[in-house]
Amino acid sequence: MQVVATRPKSLTDLQFTYCPGCLHGVAHRLIAEVMDELDIRNETMGVAPVGCSVFAYKFFDCDMQEAAHGRAPAVATGMKRARPDMHVFTYQGDGDLAAIGTAEIIHAANRGEHITVFFVNNAIYGMTGGQMAPTSLPGMKTTTSPYGRDVDDIGYPIRVCELLDSLVAPFYIERVSLLSPAEIIKAKRAVKKALLYNKEERGFTFVEFVSTCPTNWGMDPMKARDWARENMLPFFKAQKFRDKGEE
Amino acid sequence: MPRMTVDPKYCKGCGLCIAACPKKIIRFSENINSKGYHYAECFDQDACIACMMCYNTCPDVAITIEK
Amino acid sequence: MGKKVLMKGNEAIAEAAIRAGCRLYFAYPITPQSELIEYMAKMMPKADGVFVQAESEVAAINMVYGAAGCGRRVMTSSSSPGISLKQEGISYIAGAQLPAVIVNVARGGPGLGDIQPAQGDYFQATRGGGHGDYYVICLAPNSVQEFADMASLAFDLADKYRNPVMILADGLLGQMMEPVEFKDALTPEEILEKEKQHWDWCCRPNEDEPNHHHHEINSLEIDPKELEKHVLRLGEKYDLIRENECRWENYNVNDDNELLCCAYGTASRIVKSAIDQLKEEGKNVGMVRPISVWPFPYQQVAAGVGPKVKRVVTFELNLGQMVEDVKLAINGKVPVEFMGKVGGLVFTPEDVKAEIEKYL
Repeated sequence: MQVVATRPKSLTDLQFTYCPGCLHGVAHRLIAEVMDELDIRNETMGVAPVGCSVFAYKFFDCDMQEAAHGRAPAVATGMKRARPDMHVFTYQGDGDLAAIGTAEIIHAANRGEHITVFFVNNAIYGMTGGQMAPTSLPGMKTTTSPYGRDVDDIGYPIRVCELLDSLVAPFYIERVSLLSPAEIIKAKRAVKKALLYNKEERGFTFVEFVSTCPTNWGMDPMKARDWARENMLPFFKAQKFRDKGEE
Repeated sequence: MPRMTVDPKYCKGCGLCIAACPKKIIRFSENINSKGYHYAECFDQDACIACMMCYNTCPDVAITIEK
Repeated sequence: MGKKVLMKGNEAIAEAAIRAGCRLYFAYPITPQSELIEYMAKMMPKADGVFVQAESEVAAINMVYGAAGCGRRVMTSSSSPGISLKQEGISYIAGAQLPAVIVNVARGGPGLGDIQPAQGDYFQATRGGGHGDYYVICLAPNSVQEFADMASLAFDLADKYRNPVMILADGLLGQMMEPVEFKDALTPEEILEKEKQHWDWCCRPNEDEPNHHHHEINSLEIDPKELEKHVLRLGEKYDLIRENECRWENYNVNDDNELLCCAYGTASRIVKSAIDQLKEEGKNVGMVRPISVWPFPYQQVAAGVGPKVKRVVTFELNLGQMVEDVKLAINGKVPVEFMGKVGGLVFTPEDVKAEIEKYL
């Protein structure tokens, strides 16, 4: 008998601090599995955001930097320019990437920095207790949109993949979802592509994960996945936006 | 003989593996881990086909699959 | 070596930084330091270094954080409003204990202010500037030569203490042209030696177990008992810096001084001229010029108060900032007066002389 699947080497032994059923852990595992498979753990460094995944610097077993809120793509730029022989990734949530960090992600993508950005979209601010995010859906009730997101007052959710797809430089952009084992397997292919292109110095790669927040949505993990499928996927379509490696 | 094992110290009793298993051979243990979670356990290893659905969906990387 | 060139302050500091081994520079244009970023744009690539014009001063300081976390010599520069933007990043750099050099070519403020020289950023520069308990080592040059000399000092101090170091200049110093002699450039081998001192903590190529490392560049410590330990350690570091890194200049300080002046940077040049004029008229006035404004040379300012000194006058291009540190230094021994000039205007030696004569 042999082990076919277990904790990847690229994860530390620490238990994740995420809520039960939160899919951040799945995203972490996919990234770590790919780091093992591509054998890049020892040449990779990552950037953790501010948000639920602030402790990501403790969970990935490679050199990590903790960035100020939203600044991860700028920090990653500094890291990659300082150590061009190493591979750099960032891991960010809605507030970090699509609110306070909008300038940093657009410009890192626009410069075509040779980094990979992993964006976990769960339409809410988890760590701070369930406030509205730039990705929160119309009518969605959160602690700072208690009457439902009023699009006439504060606009519609931002689709980051589509935004970045308007730029010339990015090499690979795909949105995936983590809402079922089948989708997770597909998501892993995107993670692998993104990190492989990174390893090959092809350019800027971006993967958005449509994910859940059971705790702040007030649902159990299974119901949360259903809710995401019914409400998020129609707006945040899981698709490959561009893949210059396959042109 | 395929088998799935849950490491109790990582499991948070979220139930995603139970929902994912096509053979329906995972349940919450009657025991609790040190954090108070009823961790998941396989109660019929003979029926396990190492499909990996539980491993794929586990957000705490608590599961090991052997074949 | 031994060759003097006529150079603008902004360009001199850039040239000196490259010679001091800086190979990464991230910045955003802002008057009055645009010549600095433009010089870097031209010369960094020639030195096989990295130049990136960032999308904002915020992005630039975070790029500095990333590169500093990799243990390499990195610099940014800006002017007052841009330095305000960088405060979050500087606090993170201090909290994560990273070496980095920040140049402030200060201008009139607050807010958008104007583009003329001023010294209104003293509080910001010497009291941490951003949130939390920390200090940046802050050096204040008063000539283009001194500005250039501070580059290698700033990088060495940043490396030695794993702390951000600020060079606090102003628009006049940035724009003026004076003869300057540069140090020899560090060789690639010498630069590598400087970087190796950080290899035990910085992000760098890794190995498998048992030599695998997991370096974290981070300022978060969620357990208050651990954060306490961390901040107390920072405090010990700052005490060490206070003991060892005070820099100052005594100008005409002697036991026959009738009055003592205190000024830094551009203001100090004007005070020097006034002191020279007064000397010709037989009046004996001295000046203690802080060169490090953090750590502030409290003891040395106090020691400058000679037996005949009845008053200390502080001259600044602001509403009165360094004067508070001078008062702390003098500790009530004699009255401390202040003369300022704001709006980006600069007082003349005649203005300073007249102010001093009021008290003689």
